[in-house]
Amino acid sequence: MDFDVLVVGEVRNSKIHSVTYELTSKARELADKLGSEVEVLLLYSRCEDELEDLIYRGADRVLFVKNEELKFFNQEIWTNIVTDVALKRQPYIMLTGATSSGRTFFPAVAAKLNTGLTADCTGLDIEEETNLLLQTRPAIGGNVMATIKTPNHRPQMATVRPRTFRPLPKDESRKGEIVELKPDESLFNVRVKTLRFERDESQNVNIQDADVVVAFGKGIKKPENVKYISELAEALKAAIGASRAAVDAKWIGYPHQVGLSGKVVSPKLYIAAGISGAVQHIAGMQTSEYIVAINKDPEAPIFRIANFGIVGDLFEVIPELTKRIKLEIEKSGGKNK
Amino acid sequence: MRIIVLLKQVPDTDEVKMDEKTGTMIREGLQAIINPLDLHALEEALRLKEKKGGEVVAISMGPPQTEEALREALAMGIDEAYLLSDRKLAGADTWATSKALSKAIEKLGKFDLILAGEKATDGETGQVGPEVSAMLDIPFSTYVNRVKEVTSEGLVVSRVVEEGYEDQFLPFPCLLTVVKDINEPRMPTLRGKIKARRAELKLLKADDLELSESEMGLKGSPTRVVKINYPKISRNAKIYSVKDLNKALDDLVDILKKMAVI
Repeated sequence: MDFDVLVVGEVRNSKIHSVTYELTSKARELADKLGSEVEVLLLYSRCEDELEDLIYRGADRVLFVKNEELKFFNQEIWTNIVTDVALKRQPYIMLTGATSSGRTFFPAVAAKLNTGLTADCTGLDIEEETNLLLQTRPAIGGNVMATIKTPNHRPQMATVRPRTFRPLPKDESRKGEIVELKPDESLFNVRVKTLRFERDESQNVNIQDADVVVAFGKGIKKPENVKYISELAEALKAAIGASRAAVDAKWIGYPHQVGLSGKVVSPKLYIAAGISGAVQHIAGMQTSEYIVAINKDPEAPIFRIANFGIVGDLFEVIPELTKRIKLEIEKSGGKNK
Repeated sequence: MRIIVLLKQVPDTDEVKMDEKTGTMIREGLQAIINPLDLHALEEALRLKEKKGGEVVAISMGPPQTEEALREALAMGIDEAYLLSDRKLAGADTWATSKALSKAIEKLGKFDLILAGEKATDGETGQVGPEVSAMLDIPFSTYVNRVKEVTSEGLVVSRVVEEGYEDQFLPFPCLLTVVKDINEPRMPTLRGKIKARRAELKLLKADDLELSESEMGLKGSPTRVVKINYPKISRNAKIYSVKDLNKALDDLVDILKKMAVI
């Protein structure tokens, strides 16, 4: 059709990543406004999830490429295949997650297709008069929301922050087709080689996918005190975030850093302990659904963006909070969530 | 080894103060600095040069005052600095910026490696690195936190992704965008500063790029900003004093239960 929306999904660890469902849901809404179809493209070597699930959740067509060469992420292979699919199918809109891989291969695809790309969108809509895609993204550390259009170039491309949109509920009566694509062998013939992938086994590092993030800053004072945060995080099955100050002090590794020079997160719950809330940090977490701030300084800017604040010493508050949460979980029969 | 570093001058967002009433950023009087992640790219280039020999060249596109950023890079020890500055290039989005930069890079002669920060702290798109590499048709990698090995053919790098670390091999010439974990940037030396003051900047103009006007600046940009909103970032927090810790925790636990977090 003329106004099709193509979602490039992600299979991570043999599972369809949640951002794929989130984007499929939004793509459905856009396609309904345009009277067009939603196609979801998946590249993988192994996928344990049912592809039908994407049809039940909004897709009209699932396109997949299954190849051993796709075992590890390879930006060059992805760029080649996605560019090829785009040239053949001529989508009107193309979306992918603003994940480390999406933010890597999508700009290269946009450059190859000579079209625009808007990064890290948190809002997408169709402008009624023109049928153009309205792409909204935070700019200047989230202090400005900019709405961007791609008037004359096609496709209109955007990367979208994970956890921005909600997946559609499963509707098993929905029909669609699943099509295997067999891209030309030459597209796998690339210069970059991914040699290995080393999973970070500490469960608390994936701050971008976590429902709950417990983050700490300078207020923690010394590395030995990180244990208070870890205990709370463990009780909440949360990932651990940190301010730049805490990372610069080497109290925790860089993958945990939230903010302009780290990662942008938007969990359901963000607990900021001993973080004053510099613009650089706030830019990385202000889209969180619910923010709890604990800080000694009542004037700390973090309280201005928080939903819930406790003015006090984190060493007094955090252990108590951990205790209460553990108690609550025990009461509910030990089942977390 | 000949290394090109892409630099961007950005407002120093660390120094940003918020307007209490409007909840927006006060932009007046903000100092301009080298994009912090580009400093790490610059440092890595200098370290590679120290190890392998060669030359480090920096290029920056921006208004005339971008000169300051390039002088700072010279003070840190780069060999040559190119300023790409022209009114015709103003208002460029990431595609048009990448187009101009890649055309300029073609003018700089042979190179082995291009380094840049993973993203700039103002635009935060992280797109210019990958776009430049696609336009130059060279391999690239992003989120690089370590250059593990340099051989005559290429390099092995480690990149940080959501769930761990990935090792990749890239043959020369290639482009890398780096994260801050990669190194600790050096400070300019006094001698470097004196040298930088006298150093000659090479100027590049739009006419040097062999691009049509429809590929440059705002006019050449596929994307257009059509609206700007200033969201007021206040959530009217319920604030408790630690004196009422019990009450605060009661309420918080209730909220967490309602959110189904516990």
